[in-house]
Amino acid sequence: MIGGLFIYNHKGEVLISRVYRDDIGSQAADSALFSSSGPFLEERERNAVDAFRVNVIHARQQVRSPVTNIARTSFFHVKRSNIWLAAVTKQNVNAAMVFEFLYKMCDVMAAYFGKISEENIKNNFVLIYELLDEILDFGYPQNSETGALKTFITQQGIKSQTKEEQSQITSQVTGQIGWRREGIKYRRNELFLDVLESVNLLMSPQGQVLSAHVSGRVVMKSYLSGMPECKFGMNDKIVIEKQGKGTADETSKSGKQSIAIDDCTFHQCVRLSKFDSERSISFIPPDGEFELMRYRTTKDIILPFRVIPLVREVGRTKLEVKVVIKSNFKPSLLAQKIEVRIPTPLNTSGVQVICMKGKAKYKASENAIVWKIKRMAGMKESQISAEIELLPTNDKKKWARPPISMNFEVPFAPSGLKVRYLKVFEPKLNYSDHDVIKWVRYIGRSGIYETRC
Amino acid sequence: MTDSKYFTTTKKGEIFELKAELNSDKKEKKKEAVKKVIASMTVGKDVSALFPDVVNCMQTDNLELKKLVYLYLMNYAKSQPDMAIMAVNTFVKDCEDPNPLIRALAVRTMGCIRVDKITEYLCEPLRKCLKDEDPYVRKTAAVCVAKLHDINAQLVEDQGFLDTLKDLISDSNPMVVANAVAALSEIAESHPSSNLLDLNPQSINKLLTALNECTEWGQIFILDCLANYTPKDDREAQSICERVTPRLSHANSAVVLSAVKVLMKFMEMLSKDLDYYGTLLKKLAPPLVTLLSAEPELQYVALRNINLIVQKRPEILKHEMKVFFVKYNDPIYVKLEKLDIMIRLASQANIAQVLAELKEYATEVDVDFVRKAVRAIGRCAIKVEQSAERCVSTLLDLIQTKVNYVVQEAIVVIKDIFRKYPNKYESVIATLCENLDSLDEPEARAAMIWIVGEYAERIDNADELLESFLEGFHDESTQVQLQLLTAIVKLFLKKPTETQELVQQVLSLATQDSDNPDLRDRGYIYWRLLSTDPVAAKEVVLAEKPLISEETDLIEPTLLDELICYIGTLASVYHKPPSAFVEGGRVSGPPLAASSVQMGAVDLLGGGLDSLIGDTSFGPPPAAAVPARLGAPTSSGLSDLFDLTSGVGTLSGFYVAPKAVWLPAMKAKGLEISGTFTRQVGSISMDLQLTNKALQVMTDFAIQFNRNSFGLAPAAPLQVHAPLSPNQTVEISLPLNTVGSVMKMEPLNNLQVAVKNNIDVFYFSTLYPLHILFVEDGKMDRQMFLATWKDIPNENETQFQIRDCPLNAEAASSRLQSSNIFTVAKRNVEGQDMLYQSLKLTNGIWVLAELRVQPGSPSLTLSLKCRAPEVSQHVYQAYETILKN
Repeated sequence: MIGGLFIYNHKGEVLISRVYRDDIGSQAADSALFSSSGPFLEERERNAVDAFRVNVIHARQQVRSPVTNIARTSFFHVKRSNIWLAAVTKQNVNAAMVFEFLYKMCDVMAAYFGKISEENIKNNFVLIYELLDEILDFGYPQNSETGALKTFITQQGIKSQTKEEQSQITSQVTGQIGWRREGIKYRRNELFLDVLESVNLLMSPQGQVLSAHVSGRVVMKSYLSGMPECKFGMNDKIVIEKQGKGTADETSKSGKQSIAIDDCTFHQCVRLSKFDSERSISFIPPDGEFELMRYRTTKDIILPFRVIPLVREVGRTKLEVKVVIKSNFKPSLLAQKIEVRIPTPLNTSGVQVICMKGKAKYKASENAIVWKIKRMAGMKESQISAEIELLPTNDKKKWARPPISMNFEVPFAPSGLKVRYLKVFEPKLNYSDHDVIKWVRYIGRSGIYETRC
Repeated sequence: MTDSKYFTTTKKGEIFELKAELNSDKKEKKKEAVKKVIASMTVGKDVSALFPDVVNCMQTDNLELKKLVYLYLMNYAKSQPDMAIMAVNTFVKDCEDPNPLIRALAVRTMGCIRVDKITEYLCEPLRKCLKDEDPYVRKTAAVCVAKLHDINAQLVEDQGFLDTLKDLISDSNPMVVANAVAALSEIAESHPSSNLLDLNPQSINKLLTALNECTEWGQIFILDCLANYTPKDDREAQSICERVTPRLSHANSAVVLSAVKVLMKFMEMLSKDLDYYGTLLKKLAPPLVTLLSAEPELQYVALRNINLIVQKRPEILKHEMKVFFVKYNDPIYVKLEKLDIMIRLASQANIAQVLAELKEYATEVDVDFVRKAVRAIGRCAIKVEQSAERCVSTLLDLIQTKVNYVVQEAIVVIKDIFRKYPNKYESVIATLCENLDSLDEPEARAAMIWIVGEYAERIDNADELLESFLEGFHDESTQVQLQLLTAIVKLFLKKPTETQELVQQVLSLATQDSDNPDLRDRGYIYWRLLSTDPVAAKEVVLAEKPLISEETDLIEPTLLDELICYIGTLASVYHKPPSAFVEGGRVSGPPLAASSVQMGAVDLLGGGLDSLIGDTSFGPPPAAAVPARLGAPTSSGLSDLFDLTSGVGTLSGFYVAPKAVWLPAMKAKGLEISGTFTRQVGSISMDLQLTNKALQVMTDFAIQFNRNSFGLAPAAPLQVHAPLSPNQTVEISLPLNTVGSVMKMEPLNNLQVAVKNNIDVFYFSTLYPLHILFVEDGKMDRQMFLATWKDIPNENETQFQIRDCPLNAEAASSRLQSSNIFTVAKRNVEGQDMLYQSLKLTNGIWVLAELRVQPGSPSLTLSLKCRAPEVSQHVYQAYETILKN
């Protein structure tokens, strides 16, 4: 299991260090026996903390692996802005779990004090130690849901709790529904559903789709009283076909609208065995915002934009670039925050750009022409042309021609996903499904949306 | 709430000030002071001097302050064990507190204070907490048992905590179950034989129920534990699989990977005809693909695992090639792994797409990645025959880019393509020759030279080309020198008339002017071959080469099976068994039921064979000749060629055990191996006798050692220079070195060996006498001896009796000296001779000995002192062997 956890700043100074196991830090003498140099190996006893700093943070090379083994000690690291989080172990731990834990640790810290920065960490180091004591015991991750943690790790000093309150805390932390406490009350029962999709594309210069997929998330914000039982439904092809068996014409009608989901994963509140057997999504939600599910689709994706590049080399010192973008959705909808990034060679000396719409600029520091359009309706087309002057070089290596990438935001789900219902039942309190105010919103964003040129 | 100010105090007399503050009456001030202390501790300042003052703050009802003091205690208790006792009372009291949070906190912290004296006091509170009414306390206590076991295993067993822990598996609270499982799994690792977890259908059922209800982390503990279970039949395996599959939709990647592990393992038990088997296969692909949209670090872990899964069951992901296409912004470690998987998935169906991608990658920025992409194109050519032509033309395009490292990499892979498809693509040789000058890496130069030598008859100016390399012969790396030597000999055999001078030149360069024994010996062999029997030389040097295999870099099957059982863990990330990176005591046996796995676990022949087969036309140099010339007592296989053995006798009285049969013929399809170990003038060798008791001819011998305690490894490949015909016996002396990988073995001197021939791969293990590791400069000077003897603690001293050995001190001393055990001093005490001796092992461990010889008594008393007492037993055995023979 995890033997220790360290947080470093960008200089490699330790901000937080929490050692859970003895084997970390100094090496046991018997390990020295089997290394083949020197008779008495005291000098080899190196501190794990320093080993990581020297070998990873101060390494000249770019990071070649997120897992590093130094002197039989394994280091897992993730970086958040300038801060390094490193988990250390000498055992054959579950590597996926260690990384999941490190991410979770970041989430928990962010939920408590916002951005993970050196200043914030120093300001909250007592809190962080307290959290580390609670969510990692002897290197085993324990309940790390912020909802539960916030009930008893407050930094305000624990108020004198009544016995009931205490047992409520402990049963929540250890219980089956560790993510929600009892006795939540709202005057207005309300919930928000956001379907957030990122559409990814890799297209060949000839306009052939090399790979395309949508990775989507359903984020829910719930302000519901009591312990509400929820059921979520969407136009999942498998479900619709199952239901449609009875009425034949409905199948043909809904068959078009349903989508094939390649795979999905759920928040831990969702009953997975029920999804596996009936494909129904039922759960008791945490209070506030959480990510209900993630999914991935690859079939029948609506690609909101098509990029048509044309790059011509004129002699050795000039490039002519023409890029056309076409929007491919209902004319009544508007795409926003459109940005096209056209890479330029490293030896570019000057660029002239002409575009019909939006603004375009050559950014030398980024080696790219950045073309921005605020809004664009569906079924429209726009074009940019540029002349790039090059300095003559004797570099034999050809320019790598990175792909043209695009960013945008559209008000629909490129996968075609539709929320069909979200039903709420709370048998103990007297509000019904109809009393809950529900909001649904769809946002499609570009993920990695690239066209090779 | 700005705690950062605590980090900035660097005044003098700081400790003093803190002391005063800690003893202040005001609560707030106390708390501030403790915070400052913790901050200093974090940045690495020594604040242990404040121990008593901090402990004094412990008795408080302020939970925040209490937690801070506990944190301090955990850090410093070990350095101040006596003081730590002061804290015990408070702990015991806190364990009875009405607030469950405080009870749990106390028992959790107490387990982290690793002081022996405290553990005794911990037992009673722990026992109570294990049966506490509050689940939060019970789940904490469960982990505490594992902590206590780590400090004092015996205590845990004596106190019966293991049984209590087992009872917790049936607890009503899922988190208690999960922690109990985690604790038991860890404890079970250090008792591989004991059936601690005692998994049976009932307990499995309980675990599966808890699986649905506990936290994400708990699910991981339970799944990892389930993976160690072996279902009794396929029905049980299927029903467990059915209950595990829902986990594949969990948001936590680790839960998904652990579920995949269970499914991959239990699938082995299912019949392939079963409908369910097919369903399961289909269900595995989507979650694996989904892992690739996780954060990059997790993607990396997932890809390393997918790499294993693809090798084990290629059918799962065969249609998913596209998801492994590299994205421009992927971190380099993700890119390299994706590339690896792409090649594994490449097939006739998707090769066009793959090649187009690889060509794109070959123009990227990162040099390692580009190289790997070029290499991948070569591998595609070898794997998918239909694509070979397109691959070759792609490679030629890349060569035209003139980017130095691309060209070099391309030439290396084209060499392999020539090997795979002889007489098909030689038309490109001309293009290759154009780039001769730009090659500056040894591997590329060697590959090019091989090509020139191999196709000397089709290259008009082959002699000129090779001659141009010869000019700087001594500046080349060994790899290139060897290749050049072989290539020129080939050229000579093909065009004897024009190249006589050239071959003379290279032979004299290799044999007379070189310090490299490998090169010299290969030179001599060629020389003698050519001068004795040119026809035979032709047969040997221009012999037809075996085809190279299609799949390279495959993990050896037994290792692969083992790694599949470790999906999700570090072992699967490193692609190494845990024993390779986890220290001795902590290694758990492989969870596979089959015992044969352990033997072949490491990539015994994986890498070694590649270099053997793929590298050169004529095998690497016969370094065995070195000990032969220095007078090895056994006749080496090559020595009759050299006619050198006669005349030189054995040098010293080094004791060599008679050869013992290591691998009986019936276990190795007719190959019998017997052998022994020797040490001559600083070099260790393994003298082998191979006998072919089968009816077919044996060829292509190769040998590899598993990692072992002292890093013993063959210093040269196993050279059996001619095929071994039925009933023939050959004696070989294999030189060894001690620079191989190190892994502690049980027993210490155990050596696991794999021998391969054209029929199969065979494994055996043998024990080597420790005295082959005693080095020649093992004589310590008197002062040093005295100081070291005193310095090594007495508990490291072990005493042995050597019976029935009627030797006097002189005789014993001289006999031992010939095996590198040196007498440092001699003393006569009350009629007894005391010999003080020293020896040093190859890895630098000194062993000091006192040998007491009593005149008239046949027994000797041996006392050994060593910083690594594990070796003493084996040193004693060495003494006994040497003195008695």
